[in-house]
Amino acid sequence: MDILNALVAILNYVVVPATAYGAQLALGALGVTLIYGILRFSNFAHGDTMAFGTAITILITWALQSAGIGFGPLPTALIALPFGIAATALLVLGTDKIVYSYYRKVRAAPVVLTMVSVGVMFLMNGLTRLLIGVDEIKFADGARFLISAQEFKKATGLAEPLAIRSTQAITVITAAIVVAALFWFLAKTRTGKSMRAFSDNEDLALLSGINPSRVVAMTWIIAAALATIAGTLYGLDKSFKAFNYFQLLLPVFAAAIVGGLGNPLGAIAGGFIIAYSEVAVTYAWKKVAMYLIPGFQPDSLLQLLSTEYKFAVSFTILIIVLLFKPTGLFKGKSV
Amino acid sequence: MSTRQPGAARGGKLRAPLLFAAMAALIAIEAATTGWNGALVIVNMGLISAILALGVNMQWGYAGLFNTGVVGFIALGGLGPVLVSMKPTPGAFSAGGWGILIAFAIALVTIMAAVWLNRHLTRMKGLAILAVLIAGFFLYRAVFDPAVAAIQAINPASAGYLGGLGLPTLLSWPLGALLAAGAAWVVGKTALGLRSDYLAVATLGIGEIIVAVLKNEEWLDRGVLNVTGIPRPWPVPYEVDLQADPGFLGRAAAFGLDPVTASTISVKLLYGTLFAAVLLVLIWALQLALNSPWGRMMRAIRDNEVAAEAMGKNVTGRHLQIFILGCAVIGLAGAMMISLDGQMTPSSYNPLRYTFLIWVMVIVGGSGNNWGSVLGGMLIWFVWIKAEVWGPQIMHVVTATLADGALKQHLVDSAPHMRLVMMGLILLLVLRFSPRGLLPEK
Amino acid sequence: MSFLDASSMTGGYGAADILHDCTLKVEKGQIAVIVGPNGAGKSTAMKAVFGMLRLRAGKVTLDGDDITALSPQERVRKGMGFVPQVNNVFPTMSVEENLEMGAFIRTDDFRDTMEQVYDLFPILREKRFQNAGELSGGQRQQVAVGRALMTKPKLLMLDEPTAGVSPIVMDELFDRIIEVARTGISILMVEQNARQALEIADMGYVLVQGANRYTDTGAALMADPEVRRTFLGG
Repeated sequence: MDILNALVAILNYVVVPATAYGAQLALGALGVTLIYGILRFSNFAHGDTMAFGTAITILITWALQSAGIGFGPLPTALIALPFGIAATALLVLGTDKIVYSYYRKVRAAPVVLTMVSVGVMFLMNGLTRLLIGVDEIKFADGARFLISAQEFKKATGLAEPLAIRSTQAITVITAAIVVAALFWFLAKTRTGKSMRAFSDNEDLALLSGINPSRVVAMTWIIAAALATIAGTLYGLDKSFKAFNYFQLLLPVFAAAIVGGLGNPLGAIAGGFIIAYSEVAVTYAWKKVAMYLIPGFQPDSLLQLLSTEYKFAVSFTILIIVLLFKPTGLFKGKSV
Repeated sequence: MSTRQPGAARGGKLRAPLLFAAMAALIAIEAATTGWNGALVIVNMGLISAILALGVNMQWGYAGLFNTGVVGFIALGGLGPVLVSMKPTPGAFSAGGWGILIAFAIALVTIMAAVWLNRHLTRMKGLAILAVLIAGFFLYRAVFDPAVAAIQAINPASAGYLGGLGLPTLLSWPLGALLAAGAAWVVGKTALGLRSDYLAVATLGIGEIIVAVLKNEEWLDRGVLNVTGIPRPWPVPYEVDLQADPGFLGRAAAFGLDPVTASTISVKLLYGTLFAAVLLVLIWALQLALNSPWGRMMRAIRDNEVAAEAMGKNVTGRHLQIFILGCAVIGLAGAMMISLDGQMTPSSYNPLRYTFLIWVMVIVGGSGNNWGSVLGGMLIWFVWIKAEVWGPQIMHVVTATLADGALKQHLVDSAPHMRLVMMGLILLLVLRFSPRGLLPEK
Repeated sequence: MSFLDASSMTGGYGAADILHDCTLKVEKGQIAVIVGPNGAGKSTAMKAVFGMLRLRAGKVTLDGDDITALSPQERVRKGMGFVPQVNNVFPTMSVEENLEMGAFIRTDDFRDTMEQVYDLFPILREKRFQNAGELSGGQRQQVAVGRALMTKPKLLMLDEPTAGVSPIVMDELFDRIIEVARTGISILMVEQNARQALEIADMGYVLVQGANRYTDTGAALMADPEVRRTFLGG
């Protein structure tokens, strides 16, 4: 029984939240890795793209809510999501046209483009704050739990609860659908293949008659969609705060690099590696240890690091990978 | 930046003096409209910004290194004054100081053991290293945690930390530089020599971590409780002391100033003189270095890494050197800033303000040009401060025709955020239309 | 008029010209080979034919059409196929996907062409689902040639197709190239292995410092003692 209780505690406090968080990071890292693979720069504005997309989604959610439109047990934000994606896609396409396209034309070094993305980051950050302010916003509505702690305890008779919030379930399901759709698109469709070809070998892609501006536009649209979905899911699961989204940049980049920049499969693996490590390292293992070792009464929480240091986890994993496998766990681009 | 056209420095020899004169005029206008006190506040912080920009310029302008963790190195430098000039907390060291030192020794031994295993083991290497690291970590925590608890239990309302050494504040500036340089060595050692973006992400991480450490390690700097009352550096006096000094009052009266105004302005002028002296010494040293064989080699490496490598230059080694030096300058400025503010508030270290704004200063001033960084630092700091005022004013004009209501109120309320948009626009416009900045590199 | 007629090409990348009044011609279904010492401008001449170099003077016609002003992509549509010397495959895409990308500009059904490529290079059919980056050097060259054939070009240009492959693989590649020429496709290639290349060439161009030095049939050049001594090592 105690082993079961320990398992349930691990599930409840580590596996469930880390899976949801991992899915959010994976979606973010996919956007970063796609932009890196095709546009060949590290986009520092990605965190703020996530914030902008989420802000628009929240505004539309509020409008829908005040018009009395809901989505039954699901969060209203899911209806608003396509509008958020559309607005974000328009914004990044406009940014590409006004800002980035010039640097592609003059074939600027990637680090210059990265610097430019810092400028875009400022703009988007300011824009998001103008739109929705800097306060913490909770916008999840609909059913709270898929499995509530009370029900679980009653049904199983265990001492430990297992709760799965509906936002966590929605996160994982949505992420699975989005990732499946993305991989299908990249593997099977003509446009998707042309994007991979462009990422693989730009000159040969041009020789083969692949239209670069179409590939670039598709990449931005997909990145905007991924960023908005990741941001909205993160906001539903936790809450929305513009500055937190900026800070997500580190775990998102760490996930993309750990997996191998430019490699979509790696981005997903990286997202989950970072998320599981973060949650496992910052979880207080006291309860689990007490179940597993009878009579054990530790006087500390058995927490490896306090939650404030979760960034240290992303960073440490990043450094370890950089030291031992600089192209990432899955082979990414090395140039 | 590596794209450089000959003869693009417009305006020739007069360009720099003219632009600096314009900057001085801006300050003078500010002084005339809002008073010298406010203007000097901007100047002093502008001087620190200029030093920060110099540090970033060393890394980016001389070597093309993209450091996105500037905020962390500033914060670490700021730890210097806390550790040096604060009075030691009585009993704190005997309560937990040794414990913390022993814990650090354990951490060091653990890491060295792991490195040794990594070099000498062939079989079961990963497992052995992991076991050593985990065992070391728990041992470390077993020693560290009680020591921290003991220190934090001492008079938590006003102390609860180790305190400093009670030494003169000026000594803390080089220590701040040293602290930042140490952190830079760790990051540079791992992330340099790989792709340029890796350094960017790794420094982003170290920046976040340093700030998190300063926010949470209360035994070290009281964390979010802040350390206040950090002594001023020699020779800056306190206003109250000046106001009690008959000699000073006499001189103030001779200038026709009331004692309060005279004392605040004198203090700020002294700070400004001190900062300007540091800045000038730094520039002198940097210009000397830049024109030495070492500086020429740095630029050669930046302009063509492959060729420099082929000529037998140790590119990664040089990069590490300049990265550490740049961070040391940043740390120095971080320490100076804390001794100007007189307090350490870890929660104020925001990467937009302390990393990316410094970048805007370097790019706008002209990457690769030291005087450009100084100009960019002063100018962008000025604009950043004024934008907070201008934003709402502009918004009031923009929304003047709008009917009063929620939308207008929202726009006016959020107008201060306009300055982020403004900084983004400035950075993008300069990168696009004048990538060499206001004072291009010669 | 020859099928490909690039006459009096003069130009370079920057201020200085690399090509000086260089002329290259290929007849329908024939193989023309450009040889010459290192730095003779062989690859540059090929790039000029393909429109990757701005010409100051000279003219390129394909099947009678003047294509001098067209971009490389437009020349592909006109019936040119180009196999670069390096980076000539999509490494993380399967062999089949590489061929599909070769046919990107085609809107009709290209399965027949793919079958023809597989018939020409049977090893590619075997490895069709393997990533091109995982293949051996010789197999990668076959993918590269196959990719260029997917547009059904009338002129196939190969920039040192045998660079870095073993002599056996080289012979096999040359055999395949002859087979391609037999289907009526004209071939223009740059070769380091001058001897072997001239053996299969209908026409040979010896370039020196960006200008034509000797131009004759492959056999005649092989027989010319001067050419043998200077460029073929005896």
